[in-house]
Amino acid sequence: MRSTILQTATRYLLPILLLFSVFLLLRGHYFPGGGFVGGLVASIAFVLHSFANGAEASMKIMRRKPLSLIPMGLGLAVLSVIIPTFFGYPPMTGLWLEEKFPVIGSIGTALFFDIGVYLVVIGVVLTILFTISLNQD
Amino acid sequence: MLLTVILGLFSAILMLPLGNKIKTRWSGLLALVPAIIFLYYLYYVPAVSTGTIYTQILPWVPSMDINFAFRLDGLSLLFALLISGIGTAIFVYAIKYLKGHPYFDRFFGYLCLFMAAMLGVVLSDNIFSLFIFWELTSISSFFLIGFNNDSDESRTSALRALTVTGMGGFFLLAGLALLGNIAGTYYISELVLARDLIIGHRLYPVILALIFLGAFTKSAQFPFHFWLPGAMKAPTPVSAYLHSATMVKAGIYLLARFNPVLGHTELWSYTLMIVGGFTMIYAALHALFRLDLKGILAYSTISALGVLTFLIGLGTKEAIIAVVVFILVHALYKATLFMVTGIIDHETGTRDISKLAGLRKMMPWVAVAGGLAALSSAGLPITFGFIGKDLIYAATLESGDTLAIILTSLAVGTNIALVAAGFMAGIKPFSGKLPETLQDTPRPYAALWIPPLILGVLGLIAGIFPGVTGNYFSLQAADSIFGGNTDLHLAIWHGVNTVLILSLATLGTGILVYLANKPSAGKLQALERLNVISPQYIFDLLGRGLLKLSQNYTNVVHNGYLRSYHLKIILFAEALLVYKLWLSGPIHLDWENLTALSIYEVAVVLILIGAMGIVLSTPYLLTAVLAMTVVGYCICLMFVFYSAPDLAMTQFTIDTLTTVLFVLVLYKLPPFLKLESSTRRYRDIAVALGFGTILSLIALKVINEPIEKSISQFYGENAYLLAKGKNVVNVILVDFRGIDTLFETVVLSIAAIGVYSLLKLRLKSSEKE
Repeated sequence: MRSTILQTATRYLLPILLLFSVFLLLRGHYFPGGGFVGGLVASIAFVLHSFANGAEASMKIMRRKPLSLIPMGLGLAVLSVIIPTFFGYPPMTGLWLEEKFPVIGSIGTALFFDIGVYLVVIGVVLTILFTISLNQD
Repeated sequence: MLLTVILGLFSAILMLPLGNKIKTRWSGLLALVPAIIFLYYLYYVPAVSTGTIYTQILPWVPSMDINFAFRLDGLSLLFALLISGIGTAIFVYAIKYLKGHPYFDRFFGYLCLFMAAMLGVVLSDNIFSLFIFWELTSISSFFLIGFNNDSDESRTSALRALTVTGMGGFFLLAGLALLGNIAGTYYISELVLARDLIIGHRLYPVILALIFLGAFTKSAQFPFHFWLPGAMKAPTPVSAYLHSATMVKAGIYLLARFNPVLGHTELWSYTLMIVGGFTMIYAALHALFRLDLKGILAYSTISALGVLTFLIGLGTKEAIIAVVVFILVHALYKATLFMVTGIIDHETGTRDISKLAGLRKMMPWVAVAGGLAALSSAGLPITFGFIGKDLIYAATLESGDTLAIILTSLAVGTNIALVAAGFMAGIKPFSGKLPETLQDTPRPYAALWIPPLILGVLGLIAGIFPGVTGNYFSLQAADSIFGGNTDLHLAIWHGVNTVLILSLATLGTGILVYLANKPSAGKLQALERLNVISPQYIFDLLGRGLLKLSQNYTNVVHNGYLRSYHLKIILFAEALLVYKLWLSGPIHLDWENLTALSIYEVAVVLILIGAMGIVLSTPYLLTAVLAMTVVGYCICLMFVFYSAPDLAMTQFTIDTLTTVLFVLVLYKLPPFLKLESSTRRYRDIAVALGFGTILSLIALKVINEPIEKSISQFYGENAYLLAKGKNVVNVILVDFRGIDTLFETVVLSIAAIGVYSLLKLRLKSSEKE
């Protein structure tokens, strides 16, 4: 089922939804949002795109198999847990940079942890959905 | 000390990336690993022989007092030298023996792992790290026994060995934990100080039984001995290393190490003497009937382990000295004999003793090594074995009037059989006339016969210079086992006394038995008829029973239907919750304090009920799924009403994705077929209603309870102070309870990998067709 309307719409919806997901991810520390929801929204963006153009096309846009996002995300999360130990703190201590950055806000280990969760969620959801949808034929 | 263990483990890991290079060009480097470790420990000999003790602690789980605590005293050093020294010989030998084998790298990976684990066992002072290394030796032994994994027998033997030693390890853990709890310390060096407390405790017999089970299974004592002959399915270097010289001595090491803590009581002594005494004579007699060279050696090893157990049970000064010397003697000659057997097998292709003769012409140096080992095992004067045998007799003779006669005759009987067995393995294949069939036996490589020759000659040197052996390698070890001063002084000549006469009589009778004993297939078959009452048969019977039981259990509980799993899980949860609700008493509802309903809430609940009605009545799967999504969205709205935006957002996206997932899967399913009977349907409705009712009751109950606010208050107050976040929910997720989140993401990843691999696997198998 290919619909031209949906195909055209997703061309614009994909970047907007992805931007929205990043927005949710970044604001999570202060307002409703966070890595988990952000990751789910980003997954929905790709799922919508794959409905219109097929899972192969979506993977081509992502330039990698969604499975490869999982180790990246896990690695980032684990790294953010370990990094404080190099500075003599117990693992998982939240470390923050003094200065605030424009748009992003404060940068700290918790942010990287959230980005890790974000990537894992996208990886998991898309791996499951794409594997099943590519398995259809 | 820690470094040597790590070196072993590291070498094992290096086999993964470097496997192909090691198979071909770098194979010689492998022998460096044990050689370096051997030199390292040799360096400690002078200091340790004067009583210095080295310790090293690497914290692991300090809060539970589980650490890698290493302690190098005389006993540990003796074992470390045996492990690395014989290891060096075995490595050199095995590099040649297995050259060109497709799993060459894998083999040495296991061997390095074993060596590291075994070093860990003998160096550990913390009982838990000792246990971990203990189990690692069992595991590496499992892989090595099953090394020829295309042979059914190898696999069975490996599994049997793992089951027996693993079961023993389980008991050992229980025993060690009890011991540590009673004494209040997990360090063996401190346990010694708590000796009176432990021995006087009412659980002392239990501890003893558990630790004995661990030691007896590992060191192949009757009735757990049967795994060791089976373990001979491993390549010969493994039999020489693990199953004669080192791993099987771990049980002996354990008994020796705990002798000062638990020993010198009647229960300890009599159990060890009875089990060890029976094992040594039983296995020695068995050895005489074997045709397979490795079978002979396996049974004579079991017998030697019995001797050691027996001597530790005896527990006198003489006995402990005999233990130390015999450990050394036995390791030297038995490893040699195994390697000699391996060479014979490698060159002639048979290990059947009735077919082998006259090989001295083809492999003179191998014959020399075999002869030296056989003589040492027989206890010929000036060999090290002579001193060992002397000490054993001296120990048994010391033990009082009637007991001395019984024990000594037991020891003499065992030794006569062992002399004969040693000659069968070390001399028989080389003596006599070379049969026609073996005329074109190739000559073995030097790398094969040099290691056994060195070990054989070492046995001779150790015997010629007993003072050196005694002072540097045995004295402190004997003291550590005895828990006091043993005044060990080894000598080759004690003058003409009862011991010497007994020794010579043993030797003479042993040679006569060797000459008279003609093992044949017929005798072996007659012996095997008794298998029905053997421990192995009973063990296998139990194993099959267990398999049958677990199969039946699986068929009933895990029938593979998702609906059945769901039903069981939900019913179980309901039972638990009802029980808990029942205990907590009646629910009082205070209608006054509940907030009033708003029009929006009523509307959402009505939509929700309508959607559920559609789910239950629609004939189309897709409609049902969409209606379920409506239910989910309604719950989302509820979250919004009660100001939980994070929850609402997550629920909304998850519901959307679940629907997508459903649609993708349903696409392949046939239309809604009514497969289940209406009674089943009513049952399901009842279960679902029950679950809903229980959860509602719990919610009402929660309103009743005084709310514990300290936790939420803490998060609320500290979210910004400690974690610089204003969204408490998110701060809890990524900071306060971040480790939980981390593991949740790991679980998610596992699920994704599961789905991915399942579907990919299915694709592959369909592609084949």
